[in-house]
Amino acid sequence: MQTILQDFGLLAGFWMTIKLTFWSAIFSLVIGTFVAVMRLSPVGMLRQVGTAYVTLLRNTPLTLIILFCSIGIYGQLGIVLAGRDAPGGFIDTNNFRLAILGLSVYHAAFVCEAIRSGVNTIPIGQAEAARSIGLTFGQSLREIILPQAFRGAITPLGNTLIALTKNTTIAAAIGVAETALVMKNVAEFDPGLLWTAFGLIAAGFVLLTVPMGLLTSHFAHKLAVRR
Amino acid sequence: MSTTTTLRLVAAGSIAALALTACGSDGGSESGSGDGDGITIGIKFDQPGLGLKDGDTYKGMDVDVATAIAEKLGYDANQITWQEAPSPQREQLLKTGQVDMVVATYSITDKRKEEVSFAGPYFVAGQSLLVAADSDITGLNDTLDGKLVCSVTGSTSAQQIKDAVPGVELQEYETYSQCADLVANGTLDVLTTDDVILAGYANQAAYQGKLKLVGDTFSEEKYGIGLPKGSDQCEDINGYIKELWDDGTMEQIIADNLGDFDYNKELNPPEAGGNCT
Repeated sequence: MQTILQDFGLLAGFWMTIKLTFWSAIFSLVIGTFVAVMRLSPVGMLRQVGTAYVTLLRNTPLTLIILFCSIGIYGQLGIVLAGRDAPGGFIDTNNFRLAILGLSVYHAAFVCEAIRSGVNTIPIGQAEAARSIGLTFGQSLREIILPQAFRGAITPLGNTLIALTKNTTIAAAIGVAETALVMKNVAEFDPGLLWTAFGLIAAGFVLLTVPMGLLTSHFAHKLAVRR
Repeated sequence: MSTTTTLRLVAAGSIAALALTACGSDGGSESGSGDGDGITIGIKFDQPGLGLKDGDTYKGMDVDVATAIAEKLGYDANQITWQEAPSPQREQLLKTGQVDMVVATYSITDKRKEEVSFAGPYFVAGQSLLVAADSDITGLNDTLDGKLVCSVTGSTSAQQIKDAVPGVELQEYETYSQCADLVANGTLDVLTTDDVILAGYANQAAYQGKLKLVGDTFSEEKYGIGLPKGSDQCEDINGYIKELWDDGTMEQIIADNLGDFDYNKELNPPEAGGNCT
């Protein structure tokens, strides 16, 4: 067990999982909110772009998106997200950021839909009242709709966060040193330890995601808008 | 046609499909003692020159070696069932009896010998470098410093290049094909793994003239034939491997699949044996 945690770097792998989850969660929340606003806007063109984004990203396999980020954006187009002298190494930093890019744009589609489901919990009268007292679209969104939508969307947002945490393992496809990559190393160099590694990784993910689920339930209950 | 009829047809179809797959896996797991039933062999499906699935045919050095060994064990070519054996699954495939032997660039290591038995080695490869045709990299030396090196996630080669030249930047992908593409288009500088695998890529039509092998080999990978732990066929297969080298079949197989690949004559032919237990 010590071998897997230290020599094979499982602890470092989990730290990488946490970093990927953290940054991807922030970026996907920002992008997702932006797309949700587009889908709610009174401009038809924006609504269509928002719908197209969600349909396209949500229905593309994540492995494909992550591989496209590395082989397409970096490999073929030559676009890099890190300098050649980046601390921690050019390739590692570049892959880490490409993985966050892929994870963020993919999960943003789910965040967008979660927020839209939150918007649906708000009675239509609220939007009508906002408009009748003279608030613009932007003002009513900021003051009336989104604050209530987020409070109503905590459960689906929490589910997306848990899915995101587990989906970070796909970053191993482009060589980001997280848990799935550690498991591959164990399978190659010490196949006898494979089941131990399997168990440890499964337990590690339970440790990460169960508290997320509990916190989600707690806040969903506490912050729910009483009607 | 009414909806009910359609549904019945679909149901019947799926049951038939299930029955067929069940039969298929039965045949695979029951054979293995050379009783003429057929034999299931695990190979790579995506390794040009070694084990490559091309439509419904299989070709490569490992495929030819496996076919030759199976023939000596008493199986016709049409009694062989090929199954994909990706690197991380090789031990499990053998342990669970899903394949009878694995011939898939399977290096003999002490850790693996605890899990499975090996006949052979039938070939000794060594880690080497594959670079673009116009590259100024000459081998495992200063010219490699700061270069972008590609290899496969969780492979011995990836680990060894990190240890040998700490100055390299290592990109890991799932398959060598992804690496080869990016080395050929100049994004990455080097693809490193066993020379025989690299030769397979250099000889592929798509990369002909674009990629070249440089430098000497800097490791010894003894390719063995993986068998279930304690297999009673192991010693026999060692004898067959020796026959293949003695009668020139092995050299013919290498020439057929890897073109003008200049394998390490000092280490080959290897002494087969000693890895059965």
